[in-house]
Amino acid sequence: MTDAGTLGSPSLIAKIFFAAFLAITLAITWWAARRTRTTDQFYAAGRSITALQNGFALAGDYMSASSFLGISGLVSLRGFDGLIYAAGGLVGWPIVLFLIAEPLRNLGRYTFADVVAVRLRQVPVRVAAAIGTLATVSLYLIAQMVGAGGLVRLLFGISYEKAVVIVGAAMIVYVLFGGMLATTWVQIVKAILLLAGAMILTFLVLLQFGLSPIQVFAAAAGSEGAQVLAPGKLITDPVDAISLGLALMFGTAGLPHILMRFYTVPDAQAARRSVFYATLLIGAFFLLIVVIGYGAMVLVGPGRISAVDPGGNMAAPLLAELLGGQGFLGFIGAVAFATILAVVAGLTLSGAAALSHDLWVNVVRRGNPSPGEELRVARVTTLLLGALAVLLGIAFKGQNVTFMVGLAFAIAASGNFPALILSMFWRNCTTAGAVAAMLTGTIGTLLLICLSPTIQMDLLHHEVAWFPLRNPAIVTMPLGFLAGITASLLRPEDAARDGFEPMQRKASLGGELPG
Amino acid sequence: MALARARRRVALGLTLILMAIYFGFIALIAWNKPLLGTQLIPGLSLGLLLGGGVILACWTLTWMYVRWANAHYDPVLSRLRSDEGGR
Repeated sequence: MTDAGTLGSPSLIAKIFFAAFLAITLAITWWAARRTRTTDQFYAAGRSITALQNGFALAGDYMSASSFLGISGLVSLRGFDGLIYAAGGLVGWPIVLFLIAEPLRNLGRYTFADVVAVRLRQVPVRVAAAIGTLATVSLYLIAQMVGAGGLVRLLFGISYEKAVVIVGAAMIVYVLFGGMLATTWVQIVKAILLLAGAMILTFLVLLQFGLSPIQVFAAAAGSEGAQVLAPGKLITDPVDAISLGLALMFGTAGLPHILMRFYTVPDAQAARRSVFYATLLIGAFFLLIVVIGYGAMVLVGPGRISAVDPGGNMAAPLLAELLGGQGFLGFIGAVAFATILAVVAGLTLSGAAALSHDLWVNVVRRGNPSPGEELRVARVTTLLLGALAVLLGIAFKGQNVTFMVGLAFAIAASGNFPALILSMFWRNCTTAGAVAAMLTGTIGTLLLICLSPTIQMDLLHHEVAWFPLRNPAIVTMPLGFLAGITASLLRPEDAARDGFEPMQRKASLGGELPG
Repeated sequence: MALARARRRVALGLTLILMAIYFGFIALIAWNKPLLGTQLIPGLSLGLLLGGGVILACWTLTWMYVRWANAHYDPVLSRLRSDEGGR
């Protein structure tokens, strides 16, 4: 046996587990397809998802392969620094609950642009929101696809391109035929499998340490030095640290594929409860991940982990093989693959909704599509986006794209989030203001990331970067708000002001807008 | 609407509490690394404890909000709804 164990050699058990997952999810899709006949069913699962189910689905969207493999790997190599991401990953959820979930559910139908456009002029808002949505979704998609290709190559030994095509094809089938209902149930099944896998792995680690997590940390400090329990080199610049924190905290509340899930539940109360469940599940998941990471540090060792993959992504699979043998490794590998599939499906659906619902129906058709047209367009855009995701995945092969997830969060926090908050809570917000917030936030973030050390120094190998921060949110998020407020004050809009009271009523009470 | 204002006050208050907790944690990471490395008992550093504390704070605050909404917000809301329906 080599250092990598059996990683990368085609494991029959892993393939059987993955085939079983595909079979189950395709059966779900077949079942869901017969219940996906209307636009409401395609985008929002006919509002039939319960709060607990939606809690699992939300958690599933958030527990991506990059958090499972990436954060546990980061902990296994650098110790405490990985925890910064784990804690940051959770703090966005209470914000979603306090500020967004309930009014969003009452005000919108399919996309977050529905909410921003309630009392503003449709066309400009829809166009700007679609730009923000597509920017976030495509960056997130690229990161997931590239991650999928690399991961599957390491786990199953099949080629990068083949892996990307498998993910793309399965995801298109889920979304195209099963719509939101299939996408949600695939996400629920995967969330349960992933949590179960993480719990078993944590239990196996704790068995070696008298069932005490503190013993695991102590052993890590014993073998690798006490500094693994303290913050290390990951965050050197305090401003950058706070900037990343802002993006993580407020970005969640602006991610289109997360926001879309609140339309799948029957009412605002269910939306509220679903965030509570999601927060519990995600928090528990991150606690498990930290124990798994330190467990891998002690039992597998950083040397062996980084020999297989310098980023540490294989820490959890290596630990699984060590403690549970080939069968368990196969299970964990299949779950990681399934995770990417489910997340990519949700992303594609929200991108398709922006293209068909926001751009085609509300801009091109001015809100009056012919019967059945919206659903047809939604399916065509799903197909196009799916194909695009595969092409992008192959185009970005071998690139380090981990920064793209952080970038997607920064855009969501700087463009989508300010527009949502201003339009929902500020009487004087106007069309010009909402559009200015979304465009300034989105374009400003993209521009600053191009000038940042990540692109200038790491990718282009220049000596200096024009902009010192790796995450621009601390500049672009206030900028988004400022642009929204300034433009609103410069271009007052009577209709938008008059619409505030009726909108507030609807945000609390739900139902149709009076008048 | 008094109810919308009450909800906004609770939501904003809880948001600010969470921001204070989280950015306090980040500020400690950025400016006082040795302090977070202090081991309270062997294996349990202050940093790990506070990191777990952030997760615990998220759970507690969401629980507090849901409890407030169920006990105070929803009853008023359903009264408003039935008033409207009766008109």
